[in-house]
Amino acid sequence: MATEFKSISLSGRKKDVSNKDMTFMEKLYLPAMAKGMGITLRHFFKPKVTIQYPEVKREFSPVYRGRHILMRDENGAERCTACGLCALSCPAEAITMTSGERKKGEENLYREEKYASTYEINMLRCIFCGLCEEACPKEAIFLTQDMPPADYQREGFIYGKEKLVMKNEQ
Amino acid sequence: MDLALFIEKAIIILVVFGITMLIALYSTFGERIFASYFQDRLGPNRAGPGGILQPLADGVKMFTKEDFIPDTPNKFLFIFGPFLFMTTALVTSSVIPWGDTLNLFGRSIVLQAADINVAVLFVFGVVSIGVYGIMLGGWASNNKFSLLGAVRASSQMISYEVAMGLSIIAVLMLTGTLSLRSIVQQQHGFIDWSGSIPWFSWNVFKQPIAFMVFLICAFAETNRTPFDLPECESELVGGYHTEYSSMKLGFYLFAEYINMFISSALISLIFFGGFNYPGMDWVAGHIGGNVATLLGVGVMFAKTLFGIFFYMWVRWTVPRFRYDQLMNLGWKVLIPLSIANIVVTGAVILLTGK
Repeated sequence: MATEFKSISLSGRKKDVSNKDMTFMEKLYLPAMAKGMGITLRHFFKPKVTIQYPEVKREFSPVYRGRHILMRDENGAERCTACGLCALSCPAEAITMTSGERKKGEENLYREEKYASTYEINMLRCIFCGLCEEACPKEAIFLTQDMPPADYQREGFIYGKEKLVMKNEQ
Repeated sequence: MDLALFIEKAIIILVVFGITMLIALYSTFGERIFASYFQDRLGPNRAGPGGILQPLADGVKMFTKEDFIPDTPNKFLFIFGPFLFMTTALVTSSVIPWGDTLNLFGRSIVLQAADINVAVLFVFGVVSIGVYGIMLGGWASNNKFSLLGAVRASSQMISYEVAMGLSIIAVLMLTGTLSLRSIVQQQHGFIDWSGSIPWFSWNVFKQPIAFMVFLICAFAETNRTPFDLPECESELVGGYHTEYSSMKLGFYLFAEYINMFISSALISLIFFGGFNYPGMDWVAGHIGGNVATLLGVGVMFAKTLFGIFFYMWVRWTVPRFRYDQLMNLGWKVLIPLSIANIVVTGAVILLTGK
């Protein structure tokens, strides 16, 4: 049984390693070293794989989940009604919000009577799973193709409405 | 001593010092760039055009770090270690001839700080003092890892100095002189037509085995991969400079690059004809002696810089040796090989009667 077990090669590429004596040329090491240096020199002149990030951006997959955006409807009013489903669905508990009531004259700002007066996502907690996007009944929150930029302070990663709400097209 | 000679030597010393520092500074940058190119990356290219100011940024970083001194009974030795290592690295450059003579203002200026007739011995002597810098630094750090790194470094350097000295003896038997300037001048031009069979005049073609041994020992002496055991991070944290920070660490790292520069200069002098190049007599005869000399200086630096590139090339190709492999190579291979080389060279000299 044990001998059978030894010869199994699932990939079909198994090699038996031997400890044979090296020939004189192999013992010299220098030819092997020259060969290795040839390989590294070939890499020296190869095209580089680095993407120079801020100037050149890597193309993301269409389903990439980046930083969030709070959408506006076709009239420019915020779609979010502060129902709290995104916060409830969030496994990282990164979303907090407070709701407010729409006053008279704010119809162009908020689509329905209730709106999120504050809406914060902690980008350090967020795991970019996209469950908020799925939970949202009003199609208000989406995950975009952008990455949240780096910051020096932790406070900078708590994104309020000023960073999340979609910019008005004017 | 007349004043003109004094001024001349002072200028040469300052220029050599400046160039040595500059090349060491840019070697750190070159190492990072070459390393990344060998690994299909781009490397530091943000500071200045193409990253050309990166060494300055590194230097500023080094200077502004906290200068930490561990709780050690040997504060003086702790500070003295990097100083000694740096000094010995710099002193070697004094005997290296950077070029032939220049004729300026009616004077013939020798492009060398000091043409002493025991230059090769001087270099070996000073280089072996460099061990003290590492040893003192590692010992005064009051840290096990530093001490182990220092012990490794010193035993490695002392072992390989033997093979290095023996390999150079075969060359010295051919040249018959210890002065680096005479050794270079004997390798005049590229092909030596004077003998019965025309042969390349550079020593590397006359003493290939000595060259190989010397090259390998130079790698070990400068603590470069594949012999960088004194500072192997995987086992010894940082080796002998674990406890060093700020500019003291900078001195150690910097001195390593100076050592690299000096040793590749030495290799190009002893084996690759230094400031000699093919067709130098034609240039001297047709264009002018000073042009030929300046071209020679350029050639000398080109050879040296290629040496530094070679150091980096090897570093990113060959993995680190194990310690017993290192000692086996030094004592059981290189030393017997260089002794055999001496014997064969002696026999050939005796038989041909040169």
